[in-house]
Formats: sequence, C-alpha cells, structure tokens
Amino acid sequence: MSAAAAAKSAILRAVQDAVAGAPDAAPISRDYSQRDERSHTTVIEEFIDRLQDYKAHVERVEVRGLSSCIADACNRYGVQRLVAPVDVPPEWTPSEVEVLRDVAQLSLAELDGSDAVLTGCALAIAQTGTIVLDGGARQGRRALSLVPDRHICVVFEDQVLGIVPEGIARLSASPERPITFISGPSATSDIELSRVEGVHGPRMLHVILVESPLAYSEGKLE
Amino acid sequence: MKAALFITCFNDTLFPQVGIATTHLLERLGHTVEFPETQTCCGQMHYNTGYQQEAIPLVRHFVAGFRDAEVVVAPSASCVGMVRDLYPKAAILSGDAQLIAEVDALAPRVYELGEFLVKRAGVVDVGAYFPHRVTYHATCHSLRVLRVGDIPMQLLRAVKGIDLVELPHVAECCGFGGTFAVKNADLSTAMLGDKARDVLDTGAEVLCAADSSCLMHIGGGLHRLRAGVRTMHLAEVLASVEEG
Amino acid sequence: MAATPARGRSLPVLPAFPKAVKIALADTQLRRNLAKATTTIRAKRARVVEELADWEELRAAGAAIKDETLRHLDHYLLQLEEAVTRAGGRVHWARNAVEANTIIARLVRDTGAERVVKVKSLTTDEIRLNDALASVGITAVETDLAELIIQLAHEPSSHILVPAIHKNRSEIRDLFRRTIATGQDLSDEPKALAGAARAYLRKQFLSAQVAISGANVAVAETGTVGVVESEGNGRMCLTLPRTLITVMGIEKVLPTFRDLEVFLQLLPRSSTGERMNPYTSLWTGVTPGDGPEAFHLVLLDNGRTNVLADEVGRQTLRCIRCSACLNICPVYARTGGHAYGSVYPGPIGAILTPQLLGLERAKTLPYASSLCGACYEVCPVKINIPDVLLRLRGQVGASAGQWNPEAMTMRQLAAIFSSPTRYERAQRMARYGQRLFVRDGVINRLPGPLSGWSQARDLQPLPAQSFRDWWRERRQKTGGA
Repeated sequence: MSAAAAAKSAILRAVQDAVAGAPDAAPISRDYSQRDERSHTTVIEEFIDRLQDYKAHVERVEVRGLSSCIADACNRYGVQRLVAPVDVPPEWTPSEVEVLRDVAQLSLAELDGSDAVLTGCALAIAQTGTIVLDGGARQGRRALSLVPDRHICVVFEDQVLGIVPEGIARLSASPERPITFISGPSATSDIELSRVEGVHGPRMLHVILVESPLAYSEGKLE
Repeated sequence: MKAALFITCFNDTLFPQVGIATTHLLERLGHTVEFPETQTCCGQMHYNTGYQQEAIPLVRHFVAGFRDAEVVVAPSASCVGMVRDLYPKAAILSGDAQLIAEVDALAPRVYELGEFLVKRAGVVDVGAYFPHRVTYHATCHSLRVLRVGDIPMQLLRAVKGIDLVELPHVAECCGFGGTFAVKNADLSTAMLGDKARDVLDTGAEVLCAADSSCLMHIGGGLHRLRAGVRTMHLAEVLASVEEG
Repeated sequence: MAATPARGRSLPVLPAFPKAVKIALADTQLRRNLAKATTTIRAKRARVVEELADWEELRAAGAAIKDETLRHLDHYLLQLEEAVTRAGGRVHWARNAVEANTIIARLVRDTGAERVVKVKSLTTDEIRLNDALASVGITAVETDLAELIIQLAHEPSSHILVPAIHKNRSEIRDLFRRTIATGQDLSDEPKALAGAARAYLRKQFLSAQVAISGANVAVAETGTVGVVESEGNGRMCLTLPRTLITVMGIEKVLPTFRDLEVFLQLLPRSSTGERMNPYTSLWTGVTPGDGPEAFHLVLLDNGRTNVLADEVGRQTLRCIRCSACLNICPVYARTGGHAYGSVYPGPIGAILTPQLLGLERAKTLPYASSLCGACYEVCPVKINIPDVLLRLRGQVGASAGQWNPEAMTMRQLAAIFSSPTRYERAQRMARYGQRLFVRDGVINRLPGPLSGWSQARDLQPLPAQSFRDWWRERRQKTGGA
C-alpha cells in the first residue's frame, strides 16, 4: 500500500473505531425560517438599508435609466478604464470610457491598471445586504470583480431574495460554480479594534438597483 | 406544604443564619419545615474537581436522606444545580440502575428557595421588610443551570422599604467557581476585583445573592478592602420583618 | 485507533495554566486591549443574534447537522473526496502534522515556487506549517493583516479573531517602518497602516503562484469548499495564484449544500457580530478559466479521531471556530491566548487542546474555568463546554496517584461527608482548630493550598453553633420534632 493510501485507510479506520457503537444521531429538524414571508417592497427596503449600513453606495433606477446611471457613476468616480465581462450588454457601458472586455482573459496588469469593474449578479439577499456572484450571466470570472478598486454592480429588484436559506436554495441549482458572497466593502478591525474599511478587493462598492419585470433579470432583454 | 430543608454543608457550618432565616420564612408562609438530620453535603466540590467516583457515595447519601420528602428546599442555587443537573450524570457513572431511577424521581422535587417560593408556593410578596439599599448578584448556577430568570428580583422588589439597585454586569461570574478560587487564585482574585468594583459602584449597603459560596467570596474581598458593604443571603433579606 | 503517533511520553507538556496566568494578568496593556475587544465584540454579537427570531432553531439545526456528520464521518469524508476529485481537485489525507507538512511542502516544490501566500488558518498554525515550509526553503507570507503583523513581529497570536490585539497602533507603525514600509513616512492612523499593508500585500497577490488556505466548511455532497473572511485577502489568494492548497480538519465537512444556509448564518453572527462577513468564497474543485488551475485539499486528523472516540468529548468537534466563547469568557478576557499555551485558547481550547494532545500534556487546562457556563449559552452549535470540562476533570481525578495529596484529601473528605457522625465531628474539630487562625474575629491567613483564598479575602470564623445545633436546640425547647 502506498503511503498516501495507508494514511487514508488509517484515518478512516480510526474514524470508524471512534464511532463504533455510538447511538444514532438525532434527526435534523430544520425549524428555522426557510422563506421570507414579508412583501417584496419591504424586502427591497431592507436590502437598501443594509447596503447603506455597510457604507456601499446605492441608487435606484428604472430600466430605461440604467445606462445613464452607470455613466454618471463612472463620471463621478473619474473612471476612464472600465472592466466588463463579455456578456455585459453594450447599452450598459458608457461610451465616454475605455471598456476592457474580458474576451481573451485580461491580464492581472490590465485589471490592476483599470479604474472600475461593471457586473451584474446572480442574486442578492436583503437580510444581510449580500450580493452573490457565481460567474453566471454578466458576472464574468472572479478576478474581474476582485482586482479593480471599484465595483459597480447592477442588481435587478427581482433578483433580491429575503433571507439566506432562499439564497442557498437558488444557488444549489449550480453548486459547482465559483461563488462569491459580497456584503459590503472589505474591512478590518485588527488595529486596536478600529474598523478600517477597504483593505483588499474593491474598496468601493456601488450598487445600482433596477426596477424590472422578470424578463430583464433573466437575461432576456427588450 | 411539608418542605424538607437541605441546608447545605456551607450554610450549616459557616452561615447557619441562612438556614435559620429560611426556616422562619417558610414557617411564616404557613409551610412545615422538616430537617432530615442525616444530611451532609451534596458532593458538588468533589464532582466538579474531578473526583466523580468519590462523589457517588454522597449522591447515594443525599438520595437516601430525602427520597421520602414531598418537596426539598435549599437556600443554594449551586447545590440544587448539582442535584438537578449533575446527579443524573453521576448516577449514570455509578452504573446503578436503581440509583439512576431514584435520582430521576427525586431531582424534580428539589428546589432552590426562590424557585420554591414563586413556582411552587405561588408567592412573590413574602411580607418582608428591609429598608436598606440592596444590590443583587445573579449567581451562575441560578442563572444558567436553574434558569431562575427574574424570580429573585421579583421577590426582592416586593420587599417593603427596600432600595433595590441593579448591579452592573450582573450576569458575569464572580470568580468563586469552587476549587477554582484556590487552584486559580490569581484569576479568581482578578474576577473578584471587578465584581467588587461593580458592587461599590451601586452605592449599596448590602450585597444579596442566592448562594452563600459566592457571597463568602465577594464578601471576603469586600471585607479585606474595608469597603463597608455587607453580604446577606436572599433568605435573610426575605425573612426580615418589621419590628413589633 | 492508530491514526496519530503515540502521545504523552516524549512530547512536551504545556506550561501550567495558573503559572502562565500570572504573567498575563500583570500585562496591563494586554488586559486593557482584551477587555475592550471582548466587550465590543460581545455586544455586537448580542445585537445581531437578538435580531433573529429563529436563532435557537438555527443553533439546534447546527448542532444536529454536526452530530450527524460526526456520527458518519467516514462516509462524508469519502463522499467529499469523490466530489472534489470529480470536479478536478485532488484530495490528500494526513494523519498528523508531519504528514500534512510533508505533503504540502512537496506540492509547493512541485510547482517550483519558493514563496506562497497564505490565508489565515488556525489549522495551519496547529501543524506549524510556516515553520515546516521555512525549513525547506519555502517562505509563507501571511496576508491577513493581524497575521501579517504577528508574523513580522515574530510573536504568537493572542486571540483567534483579532490575533494582534495585544499590539497598539504605534507599535504596529514602528513594526511596519522596520519591515514592509521602510523609508516611508507612516502615521499611526489605522487607515494609514491598513493602506501600507494593502500596498505591500497587493504586490504579493499579483505575483504569487501558490496559495495556501484553510477552510471553514466543505460540502460532501458537492465537493464545495468555503472560506469566510473580512479583508479580501482570502479572495485574492483563492482566485489569483495558479495553485491552491487547502488544509482542513476532518471535522469541518458538512453533508449537503443546503447545510450552508445554517452555518452561513451561525458563523458571521457569532464571530464578528455581523449579519454577514464582507466576503465568503465557495469553490468546487477547479473551474477552467476562473481561478486556480490546480486545487489540492489536505484532510487532517492530528488527534481529531481521539476526540471523536469519547462519547462526551465528541461534541467538541462541532466547533466552527467562531470564538464567541472566547469573547464571553471571564477567564479568557483577563488572560488572552498565550496563557493557554496552544493555538486554541479560551473555553474551546480548554477542552479541545487536552483531547487533541492527550490529557497528560495539558492537565491544567480543564481547570482553567470557573464553570460559569456562559460559553455554552453563546456557542452557536451548543457545545456543552462545562460538561466536557467536567468529563476531562473526571479523567484527571481518576488518574491521580494514590499518594497525590489532593486526591488523598478528597477521599478523606468524601469518607467524612458520607457519614453524619463523622461530618459533625469534623465540624466540631474545625471550630476548635480554627482558633489558630482567628485574629480579631477574622481569619486572614490560611495554610498551605488554602492560602490562595486568604491572599485576597478575609474569612469569617465558623460560628459556635451550626445550623443543626440550632435546630436541635429549638426542637428541645419546643418539644417538637
């Protein structure tokens, strides 16, 4: 037996010996909330409230105002080079900025040299103010939304769920995707417990919350 | 009701006035107090220090002495905690099926004084009079093992003339912990210091609690500091009546 | 039960807790910082827990899921291996620290890299990975700010969550000026210090070929591994380098993807007192075009199967390393991590360390507690820490030699207390014997081991009449029962 196989079988054997004769574990009762019973309006309001609590910037727009909203944000932050996943709709990207689409895998230097990244999201969770990316539609690979210093994220209102179990349930359709939960900008309290916002990862998170009928958030445009 | 009094070795030997007060209080409320004289010690010190086999004879002795009682009342949350929470485990350790059964039958009938008054005797105002500034420390056993909740404060609030002040950090351990006070004396002292500071911050004249052990520890520290604060057991405050 | 090598005889014993405590108690800066840290986090935790109406139900589910996992741990580990392998990752099994470090060093050397970036991981501290890598010429750069600080300062961590809590801002500035920010005019504002760390670490992230991380969870059903963090260094390490090596204790596995819904609520609220920590990364094996091209998962036993074998101690393995117990513990708040002599401090450390290392090596840790029970109340997976402490104390007591003074005293007292006659005689003897110690109506000095008591407290003398004396006298007077 190889050393690797020996270690594996020894550990498994030790585990089996350890629990041999132990009583069965009690059945798992899931009496916690599985669904948010509140109205969607309330859920949206809570989402915005939580984002603001994290000091993320939040704006609400209707679909037809989305493009100009993105353009305004880029303007406000002085964005000249904007990174975007390949499937971000052309209407989203402002004409005044240089758009770096991740067609052939932008290099780290290019990502590092950019000013902001624009993505959509997979879903959001209101209770915790969380935006989830899973590499699906309009999100691109993880490095895109990690290296640039500003992240402009488009969230459609009907992507916003109420509580964590709802989010996990939706993600469990494709659990093998690389999933990132983002709940505000990065932070540390390691120096004398004073909270400093923005360590690594984008130090600025700008969320554009779009009112929408279902069709838009599922990638069916117009 | 006929209440069998478990005085606890602590109170019996060091704080008899707690037992005397408990007796007077229960009799004043119309209950009959019995004192099974074979009682000694619940065995908590042994069990908690790790001498659990040695505690088993003490468990047996307690059960033998109280098995026929209608209800057992003790002015000590930690000893009652020992009986209700740890006696079942000690019985299992003994492997004696009969002891396990006897403990299961007896434990639910064993009450800390405050619990007994409010939950069994159904009384909150015990007719006490104690015109002093008092602060109450919630001992760990009463709070987390017996989960008496607000009971002691309810009883104290009903005392005529009392000036009851809330103790800051009331739920924090005083640092007694049985043999912990001796095995980890420095830590125990550090915790005592903070508890004493909280007591002094209330301006209270009297520190009250449901456990003589904690009172002995905090009171001993306050006395060393010449702080001018005395300790009284919950039973003593509740037993106090107006002169004449 | 041979998954770990023989313990006890040749391995070092941890310093006795009461001795280590003396040093900690005297460190005034540590005590200030710890008091502030634990009080702050404790309050935050209480607030966010109160917000959830179903917190107790979540705790119950968390405990139940963990117990199910532990009961069938072999099954779930195999399922995990299968799922990770299917998704393009490789799984390695390590019985102990030496095996784990050997595997990891080999994996790193195979890439040709001489430097790795690390995400904070208690498990890697437990196996002393950094030292092992250094001994074969591989530098491990810590990327968590606090870990970076203590790495640069060559000091051990003093708290699971805020390891550099023992250092104040000026000390950190001076340290940075000496190391990563030489020649820079650096203020001691936390923002500036974090900025200096960011600049230094960014260079590391963008050039690193290999990253090493721990894992908070690993889902058996899907092979999904998860890391929960605040700073973003985790995302950097898990995404940018070509090779990712994750080391994980075998108890961290969870049965299903759905179970994440419980732990992603329990962990952030219990640890940093937030509704959700800033970043959580979940990945499954290798995703072409997104993140590392090679993923290795190292499963570590290192004494966990010993913990698993004890009926009462087993629940210790439910631990999700949130540190809620540390923040509520009156002992930890006054002593910090170093006094526990181990990577795992506080209440969980008091029960985990002796079980991992063997009780003989950590005999005083189960006594590092007043049994107040506050830890049990806040543990998100309901580990009955007081129960396990008592279990371990019982093992210590049972192993005490026949001539051990404490054991002898305890046996004598048990004999006395089990007979009313002997008990009453002892009371009378104590009342008599105390005269030696009573001065002006007070006992302020006690002999031998009891001197710890009188070091800080006065003791009132035993009254002349015990309660039972009073009771008998009253009975005689009234002629009643």
